[in-house]
Amino acid sequence: MKTAERQFTTISGVPVEPVYGPEHLRDVDPLRDIGSPGEFPYTRGIHRDMYRGKLWTMRQFSGFATPEETNRRYHYLLAQGQTGLSVAFDLPTLMGYDAGHPLSEGEVGKCGASVCSLEDMEILFRGIPLGDVTVSMTINSPASILWAMYLAVAEQQGVDWKRLSGTLQNDILKEYIAQKEYIFPPRPSMRLVTDTIEFGAHHTPRFNPISISGYHIREAGSTAVQELAFTLRDGIEYVDWALERGLAIDDFAPRLSFFFNAHSDFFEEIAKYRAARKIWAYVMRDRYGAASERSMKLRFHAQTAGCSLTWQQPYNNVVRTALQAMAAVLGGAQSLHTNSLDEAYALPSEQAVTIALRTQQVLAYESGVANAADPLGGSYLLEKLTLDTEAAANDYIGRIDRMGGMISAIEAGFPQSEIASASYRYQTEVESGERTIVGVNRFQSDDQPIDLLQVDETSAQHQEQKLAALKQRRSQAAVTKALDALKRAAEGIENTMPYLLDAVRSYATLGEICDALRGVFGTYQETTHL
Amino acid sequence: MAKPGLDGHDRGAKIIARALRDAGMEVIYTGLRQTPEMIVNAALQEDVQVIGLSILSGAHNAIVPRVLELLREKDMMDVMLIVGGIIPDEDAEALKKQGVAAVFQPGASLDAIVTFIRSGVPVS
Repeated sequence: MKTAERQFTTISGVPVEPVYGPEHLRDVDPLRDIGSPGEFPYTRGIHRDMYRGKLWTMRQFSGFATPEETNRRYHYLLAQGQTGLSVAFDLPTLMGYDAGHPLSEGEVGKCGASVCSLEDMEILFRGIPLGDVTVSMTINSPASILWAMYLAVAEQQGVDWKRLSGTLQNDILKEYIAQKEYIFPPRPSMRLVTDTIEFGAHHTPRFNPISISGYHIREAGSTAVQELAFTLRDGIEYVDWALERGLAIDDFAPRLSFFFNAHSDFFEEIAKYRAARKIWAYVMRDRYGAASERSMKLRFHAQTAGCSLTWQQPYNNVVRTALQAMAAVLGGAQSLHTNSLDEAYALPSEQAVTIALRTQQVLAYESGVANAADPLGGSYLLEKLTLDTEAAANDYIGRIDRMGGMISAIEAGFPQSEIASASYRYQTEVESGERTIVGVNRFQSDDQPIDLLQVDETSAQHQEQKLAALKQRRSQAAVTKALDALKRAAEGIENTMPYLLDAVRSYATLGEICDALRGVFGTYQETTHL
Repeated sequence: MAKPGLDGHDRGAKIIARALRDAGMEVIYTGLRQTPEMIVNAALQEDVQVIGLSILSGAHNAIVPRVLELLREKDMMDVMLIVGGIIPDEDAEALKKQGVAAVFQPGASLDAIVTFIRSGVPVS
């Protein structure tokens, strides 16, 4: 294709000009429209000293097979210089089923660690002082149950909950939109999320009860603007529900955290993060009247884009991940996960995850990008792209407002169909060769096989045996009592967290607790949007 | 086009369903969290010529043989079974020996999938 005919766009389809100059920022007032790091609206970062004060947390999402094996990987990663933990659970756990449930067949331990009860949580964090190590847990529908298990383990370790630092993903709206790991219908699920936000506001001041996520929306095929807009509008929905519960904005908003994708188009991603901070600061101050700076400062974790990594020539993925990680850092992420080169094949092998961690360490210590806050601030291209991204995202947010909010939009299938269209458009670009994926539709070559992490059915057997033994040891009477109390609370309007804590302490299993809640809330069936 | 097991990642399945429709085929997308029984029953009811399974969760060695077993039980061996997703090479070979017509791994082109189906399935 001749240069003159080619369209130069970002990976999301946003046209890019050949060069940017002052004329693109003619009406821009730097102080009003961009600001300074650490100052409202935080476009340039939430701290004046950014990474000089404290580097981003190197937090590799990790988990596989049994809690025992995952615990070993956590110790390995901490020893290799990782600075925070991030727990990956398997599909049965994510969907609220124990190992041994018919739907768990073939799935136990394959996509993450199997956690069926408090006993498994104890094993998962063996030798890890929860008062000193921050822990992020990627769990959504049964998030409050897994959080209760984590709090119970902290209790056993003698750690005051007020010291606990970490994050619970717990973002159910994006499940209906993109990741599809829902159990209950939207409104009961929002109630559970609000319960955790309320409980956290009172008991765990250093813990983020929610990580409002765009990562999965992007992985499902959305554009960068859609990722940004749907995430922030999800955030607005959670805020509305918490306010409805009677919480004051500054009592919970400081602990809302976010999670974005770090995708391949370098400048588009950096602009996205900067626009995110700016939009959220205005939402907090002007839409909600927040007075605390901490409410207005958007904090986020980033993960490099799994969907961009290829099966073909997997070593190229190391390069992709490095570039994406750099975008996240130049965009001011507080925490970062870098994918492993074997992303398209399996869960990370030890060798692959070590390279991924070293990627962050090279960035942090050798590249110089952490020396100054928002080092690309002032770039004509970046400032223009940031402003355009902000405007486009605000447009989407307004549309969803007019639909009656995010739950209404989800019920109408709006974000889902936007994502389906964007992902189909992208795929046709790749199929036609309009968009090059190195090694896949251009520059193909033969591959050498790589060593992969294997998870087999012994994990399932191990977990089932443990569950059988657990059920023998525990007091069935205590379990029944706790589950009955939970059901009554779920049917009413009390905060479910104390009841979930009692249930997990009685060693009720995840499946048993979820079944109790399924009985009260029902389950969700989606309408497909191709 | 089916999503068996607990895996909810449906980006690929939806794109393929749409591409096959655009190529003139009649496509039924089952939606998520289907058991092998549900999938084979739907296939029987709709009298399909091809079943496509999308599995990214690593559960393929439990799910696919069960689907094949059900197809045998219900005398549906003339239905072409294709599988896509995260399937390692050795597993792909083993599945093909068991009766899977093709396994499409990440990066497979829509064109290749459409062509494969067209070449193996008579137009009614």
